[in-house]
This record gives sequence, structure tokens and C-alpha cells, in this order.
Amino acid sequence: MTRYVIGRLAGVVVILFLVCLFTFVLFFTLQPDPAVMICGKTCTPERIDQIRDVLGLNQPFLTQFFGFLGGIFAGRDYGEGANLVHCAAPCLGYSFQTNQSVMDMVVERLPVSATVAIGAAVLWLIVGIAAGLLSAVKEGTWWDRTAMGLALGGSSIPNYVLALALQYVLVVQLQVLPFPQAVAFSDDPVVWFQSYLMPWIVLATGYACLYARLTRANVIDTLAENFMRTARSKGLSPALTMRRHALRPALTPIATIFGMDFAALLGGALITETVFGLNGVGKMAADSIAKNDQPVIMAVTLLAAFFVVVGNLVVDLVYTRLDPRVRITTP
Amino acid sequence: MTVAAHPEQVAGPAPATSGRRVIRVLLRDRGAVLSGAYLALIVLMAIGAPLISAITGHGPNDFDTAAVNTDLGGVPYGSLGGISSEHLLGVEPQNGRDILARIAYGARVSLIIAVSATALTTLLGVVLGMLAGFYQGWADQVICRVMDFLMAFPALIFMIAILSALPQGNRPVLLVVVISVFGWPYLARVVRGQTMTLVNREFVEAARASGASTGQLVFKEILPNLRSSLIVMTTLAVPGYVGTEAGLSFLGVGVTPPTPSWGQMIASSVGWYAVDPMYFVIPGAFLFLTVLSLTVLGDRIRAAFDAGEAS
Repeated sequence: MTRYVIGRLAGVVVILFLVCLFTFVLFFTLQPDPAVMICGKTCTPERIDQIRDVLGLNQPFLTQFFGFLGGIFAGRDYGEGANLVHCAAPCLGYSFQTNQSVMDMVVERLPVSATVAIGAAVLWLIVGIAAGLLSAVKEGTWWDRTAMGLALGGSSIPNYVLALALQYVLVVQLQVLPFPQAVAFSDDPVVWFQSYLMPWIVLATGYACLYARLTRANVIDTLAENFMRTARSKGLSPALTMRRHALRPALTPIATIFGMDFAALLGGALITETVFGLNGVGKMAADSIAKNDQPVIMAVTLLAAFFVVVGNLVVDLVYTRLDPRVRITTP
Repeated sequence: MTVAAHPEQVAGPAPATSGRRVIRVLLRDRGAVLSGAYLALIVLMAIGAPLISAITGHGPNDFDTAAVNTDLGGVPYGSLGGISSEHLLGVEPQNGRDILARIAYGARVSLIIAVSATALTTLLGVVLGMLAGFYQGWADQVICRVMDFLMAFPALIFMIAILSALPQGNRPVLLVVVISVFGWPYLARVVRGQTMTLVNREFVEAARASGASTGQLVFKEILPNLRSSLIVMTTLAVPGYVGTEAGLSFLGVGVTPPTPSWGQMIASSVGWYAVDPMYFVIPGAFLFLTVLSLTVLGDRIRAAFDAGEAS
């Protein structure tokens, strides 16, 4: 087991390194000169040279790449002498646009993305699994057909269309919700809740529909298993067989999918955050891409990859706990 | 799953092929027929886009300032976003471009990109998945590592980053390539798994023993048995890619204006949703119904194939 975990951790490091390298190569070869962009309109050749010098942009590719990597683990210095700026580890550099530390930007915005992801996850797990279970138990009834029809429809609505439709109906027409605002929970819990409600619903809809269909399919498959027939023939009530015997094997695959979906969301819900103007990591990604802010793009890509890879690892480790039939065998 | 039958071994009348059986089942299914009809309509619209423009007299990029109220900041005249006998689906606010014409031309972009991306994904997925499953050993190792790597990538962020970094060039082609590069592992994983079990089946062994070449094994024995899962996976991939293209265009890295695309139309309607809701409702509805129809169709095809396997 320990060997397995160590091996997987090494894999995580390798993949993150490759993501880093790949992104770096991409921007190194394709992007216009960042120094010119930072310098802006009132620019002199001397100023450009100075910027290049401070940021190390005139260094060879490998020096720049390892400078970036070193910054993450040990911190790094920009410039020299009186202009020296020290960026403490973990250092992701400074935004070309705002000169803010990228690490600070991430730390500032991560809670927003986490709030969006957690709220949505709670919503879609409750709704999706409940609807799926009911459908499986009442297989073939009108409830089942309606719920599954809705689930198929709900998973076909693009996020941003749903977001616009909800805003139009709830905010403009019915005026039951205010326009989403950036308010901290401690300042005004009611407005905070109202502001996050629409992003949660928008994000949760697609997942809830998917999870309802998955839950239904898994439960129906499990109910047809031999051990379920045994349980029923022992005389257990349907409710008890469901609770004691069916739920665990039916929901275990959902748990793994949930782990990966949730991890991906922590890296930022680009479209939802952009549409609702939430200042999370996703919006930061969209903004930085629009403005060609290379250090920020590097950071959000790495962060998202980190969540996905670590999420995968956690899912695989937890799976053996949830499903004792699966055991990790070290080769 | 049907076992590949050698022509010389088939005795008596040939049973109805699974393909024909599936089509018969689908024709009896109301959902599948409706979805198919809607998709046929969209395809016709896409092909006949110039014809639609010629009949209505509005090109996708023709400004019609007479249809919008410049005093009110360019809101379309009339109700429902300017729907009238002149503009059947209304006009865009501000410049008054005809929405029907833009929807029709946008359908071309969406469908061509989604179908090409699916084709390229399937090609890559089948070739690499079969390579891994058939040869196993180091080829399998390498391909699996590449798949792990690509699936660990935050695909959406990375697609946007690549598309924004790449020089303008031919946007639709870039979109297809980028979508396919990140899409093939999901298909290849399934193809690999199925190939691995197929390779060890008796009929493949028999073919190998009777001297079939590798090419014959791959194309005559294994590929035909992958057909049903490939059909299902590709039909379910198309709606995903329609959505991806629209999403990327929505975020501003897809096809560049003035080429219309549904996602881009919805993106430009964001600032207008409060005063002119039809501006996002119409492209949104087209996009939603297209994705829904493709999903329903894929779902029903899968059910039909599964039922065939069970019998």
C-alpha cells in the first residue's frame, strides 16, 4: 500500500512537471514579447530592455523555466541592487497586468471558487441521488419517465444559456433575487446566499441530471444481483434490502465520479464565474487569457491540473475503502 | 456483440444484420424519430443557408438599421426581439442583423466543427486504442501514459490558453485539432479495453492459426466487433463537441467575428439579456434542442444495441 501511494505521488509530480513544461513551451514559442506588452504605449527601447532584464526574459529557455520552477519551491529574486524584489516561496511570479503577486491573487480568489463548488456539489448530490433512487425504485412508472426525461433535457442545456435564462426570469422579471454581488458571508449572510444561489443552481443542474441517470442505472443493476435476491428471499423488507445491501455497491462508482468532478470544479468554473461576475479562479483564468497575462495563466493551469491529479489519486485511494472487493496489489 | 462471421461459414439465410434491426427499432421510437427529424431540419438549414438568405433577402452580415430603434440604444422595433414578416426570428440589437440568417450560417460552423472533431477523435481513438490493445507491451505503456497525461490536463483552461496563444490562422481547423487532441483518450480507453478482450477470443485465435495477417486480424476480426460501441460513442460525442465549440466561442476564443456561431451569438447577447431576451433565447433554444436531439438519439441507439446483445 505504501509503495503504491509513493508510486502514485511520483506520478503526480511527473504529470504536474509536464503540464508546467508544456504550458511554458507554449507561451515561450507562441506569445508576443511580454516586455513590449508590459511596457505599454509610452515605451522606450531602454525601458523594454530593463523589463526584460528584471524578469529574466532575455535568458535562455531552460534558465527561465527552472527559474519559474525554483520560485515555486524556494522563492526567487527579481532584479538586482536597489531594485531587488524578493518573492517568497511558493512564488508564482507577478501579474504582467497588475504587478500583483500571482500567489496572493490565487489565495484571494480560491475561497470564491470553493464556495461555488461546494454549494453546487451539495445541491447536485442531494437532488441527483434522490431523483435517481426514486426512479430506480419506481422503474417504469410515470415518475421515472418524467424524471429521466427532465434529466436528459437538463444535461443538454448549456451553462451560460441557463444562467442567462435564470437571471432574466428571477432577477429581471420576478425580481425575487438581487443581481449577484461580491459580499462576504460575515458582512451580510442573506445577500451572500442570494448572490451564490444562481451560480449554484446553474452549475448543479447539469451534474444533478447526470448523477440522477447514473444512480438510477447503478441501483437497477445492483437490484438484479444475486446477493439482492438472497437478501429478499431471507424475508427482508424492500426498504431494508435497499438500505443495507443495495446502496453501498450502487453508490460507490458515483463517489469516484464525484471526486473527479469536484476536483475539476475547484480549479475554477470558468463559464459560470464569468457570467455571474464572481471573482473566483475561473474568472481569473478567463481574464488572464483575454489579457495575455502569462504568469497568471501558468498559475491557473497548474492549479487546475493539481486539483485534477490529486483528486484522481484521492478517489483511487478512497475507492478501496468504499468497495472492499477492490484491493490494490503492488506489482 | 456479434462475432465476426466468415462468409464461407454462413449457412442458410443470413439473419437481419444488427444495423438494420437497430434502424427498425429506432423508427418505432417516438423520441428517436423526433430527434432525427429536428436534426435533419438543422442540417438542411445549414446546407441551405445561402438559399435562406436569398429568399429573405438578408445575409448573415447585412446591417439593417431600419429594424432597430437607435433612440433607445438600438433595441429592435416591435415585440419579441423584432420578430416580423421581414425578419422571421428577429434581429440583433444595435446593428439589426437578421437572426435567422445568422442561425443558419452558425449551424454550418457548429455542425462542421462538431462532426470533424468527432471524426478526428474517433480516428485517433480507434488507431491508438487498437494499437495499445493489440500489441500491448511497450506500445500500450506509452499510449496509456500519454492518455493519463492528457486526461489530467485541465482541458477547458488549456484549450482556451492554446487557442488564445495561437496566431489567428484558420480558427475552425484549430478548434477541431485542439478539441480532438484532448478528446481522443476517452474513446481510446474503451477501444483498448475491448480490443484486449477480443484479441484473446477463439475466433481471433482461429483466424491467426489459419494464417491471417495482422492487417486481416485488425480489420476483418476486431474492428467489426467494435462497431456498435463506436457508433454509440460517436453519436454521444457530437453533442458534447457542439457544446464545447459553443462554449469556446462563448468565451471568445472560438470562431472569430463576423463568422456567426451559436455560442458567439449567445455571448454577444449577455449585455442585452434584460432588454432583449429573445436575442439569447433563440440561439440558446437552437443549441439546446440540437444537443438534446443528438443525446436522445445516441441514448436510443445504445439501448437498441444493448437490447440486441441481451437477446
